[in-house]
Amino acid sequence: MSLRAETGPYFGDFGGRFVPESLIAALDELTEAWELAKADPEFRAELDELNRSYIGRPSLITEVPRFAEHAGGARIILKREDLNHTGSHKINNVLGQAILTKRIGKTRIIAETGAGQHGVATATAAALFGMECVIYMGEVDTERQALNVARMRLLGAEVVPVKTGSRTLKDAINEAMRDWVTNVESTNYIFGTVAGPHPFPSMVRDLQKIIGDEAREQVLELTGKLPDAVAACVGGGSNAIGIFHAFLDDATVGLYGFEAAGDGADTPRHAATITKGRPGVLHGARSMLLQDEDGQTIESHSISAGLDYPGVGPEHAWLASIGRASYRPITDAQAMDAFRLLSRTEGIIPAIESSHALAGALELGKELGPEAVILVNLSGRGDKDMETAGRYFHLIDEGAVQS
Amino acid sequence: MNPNHSATTASRVEAAIAVTKTSGAGALVGYLPAGFPDLQTSIDAAVALADNGVDVIELGLPYSDPVMDGPVIQHATQVALAAGFRLRDGFTAVRAIAERTNVPVVLMTYWNPVMQYGVERFADDLVSAGGAGLITPDLIPDEAAEWLAASERTGLDRIFLAAPTSTDERLRQAVEASRGFVYAVSTMGITGARADVDAAARTLVRRLREAGATSTCVGLGISTAEQVAEVLEYADGAIVGSALVKALADGGVSGVADAAAALAEGTRRTK
Repeated sequence: MSLRAETGPYFGDFGGRFVPESLIAALDELTEAWELAKADPEFRAELDELNRSYIGRPSLITEVPRFAEHAGGARIILKREDLNHTGSHKINNVLGQAILTKRIGKTRIIAETGAGQHGVATATAAALFGMECVIYMGEVDTERQALNVARMRLLGAEVVPVKTGSRTLKDAINEAMRDWVTNVESTNYIFGTVAGPHPFPSMVRDLQKIIGDEAREQVLELTGKLPDAVAACVGGGSNAIGIFHAFLDDATVGLYGFEAAGDGADTPRHAATITKGRPGVLHGARSMLLQDEDGQTIESHSISAGLDYPGVGPEHAWLASIGRASYRPITDAQAMDAFRLLSRTEGIIPAIESSHALAGALELGKELGPEAVILVNLSGRGDKDMETAGRYFHLIDEGAVQS
Repeated sequence: MNPNHSATTASRVEAAIAVTKTSGAGALVGYLPAGFPDLQTSIDAAVALADNGVDVIELGLPYSDPVMDGPVIQHATQVALAAGFRLRDGFTAVRAIAERTNVPVVLMTYWNPVMQYGVERFADDLVSAGGAGLITPDLIPDEAAEWLAASERTGLDRIFLAAPTSTDERLRQAVEASRGFVYAVSTMGITGARADVDAAARTLVRRLREAGATSTCVGLGISTAEQVAEVLEYADGAIVGSALVKALADGGVSGVADAAAALAEGTRRTK
């Protein structure tokens, strides 16, 4: 059977709905609305038009030979989701769910955000569609991504700093779920990644798979063949599933997800969920997660706020369990080296999240050799990360010198 | 899964609730988290509930990601976890409480800790500690096959939630899967005191009865004796959580004892 045919609620042993009963009616409503929308040419036409005239799709592919010199000479091709309006792949999902919100007659949207990219995309959609918008963001993240907080507020969204638990993305999701349980009649929850209860993993996947659908054609056109490997960073996993999905049934194409290993996957400070976690339930789905012996979620650590999440989408847990995709850890240091290398060799400043995929591609190229073609999902741009990079490379401190 | 077929494993909790309908207006179910503010105090506080008119003790297991809980309970469970609460301490607490009172103790727990402990092992250890069953706020019957089997084997009560937005079909499923009582969520939302307990609760309880429920308790937002009395006009029990947790935080064991006694006034038969 085609691996592309999986639509949830379960992906092998993973997925499902582990949520309070109060949310089931809303999840059923969304599932039904999504099934109808997928089959409705009007929905398709509206989304296609926004993709074209608002996001700027199809996004380009760019071959990066000077960067690839550092990857054993393999050909490296970037899928340029960083060029999308709002600066990352997150907008692909948000516009689809915003149209859906309109179709089910709700007027208020809420979302969680880690780095702020999904929050900015959601605030953007709210402005475009004239909807009320509340974004939940861990207090720690509001501090390290202050610029994105300002962007969301400028776009008219209310940003609520979440002060409970570890005050990061996982707590922002908890708080957004609490809001949703309370206000479900008027409110739609625009979930940002391929985790969470059904239908989110398959719905968000369906809205992100355009990345791989486009890239598969573009790489075929450029090189005359399919790539040997596809690389993407994995936090919750939406950009990775987005680019993997088109290739799931292409057995010759290796799929590689790169998780944030923080200080190192063998240290206590990382976010390498599939590499180091075990099956459990978090945020409404059975998947892999970082947890202690008692099943308490362990706080994750990554220099990249967008990958700083102790869970992962159930479809990734499944792809890992059947061996269709491989998941590897990339440390903060490896990611930051790749961040600087792409900037210096190609004039493209990537998001720190995407830099994990770039660092992975450098490894893959050396393993696969100079004949290999590696497609990398450049899921976002690095403008939002300049403060972090400035600190990391001492670019901003008074008296800093070129490093 | 018909609750009536389990005559061999008569529900301790349903029996405790049924008694209150002959002696008074219905049952008071009191929630406190294990390990808050420390393990021994949480045990003493739970016993104080039983000594002051609470008919069923709902003991919460602290969890890192409690999506159904409002700020009061979130804070208390975070305090417990920060002080080093372990899952095994929950069984210690159940055992200690069960040794000091005959009031049944049910654990309220999110699902991941049970899954990690092992569903069968968890059920066995709960039985041997003297616990009566589980309330599972993020486990719907659709996902509960393992727990349904373990509770059948051990005779533990299993309490699922029903919401105002649940379809008739889902209410029937919750009634059939539950034993002890069905937890009727009074309003759309999370735990925490509210000025008005939603009128939706009254409708929900009626719909649950039509779906075959014989034992229904209403929770979320109940914090006063007046609200308890109002709920017991139509339901078998009223569940109070945040108000008791706040009383414990503010006034210690004697504070929570007074709060329980005051709430229990709402269970007196008035007509």
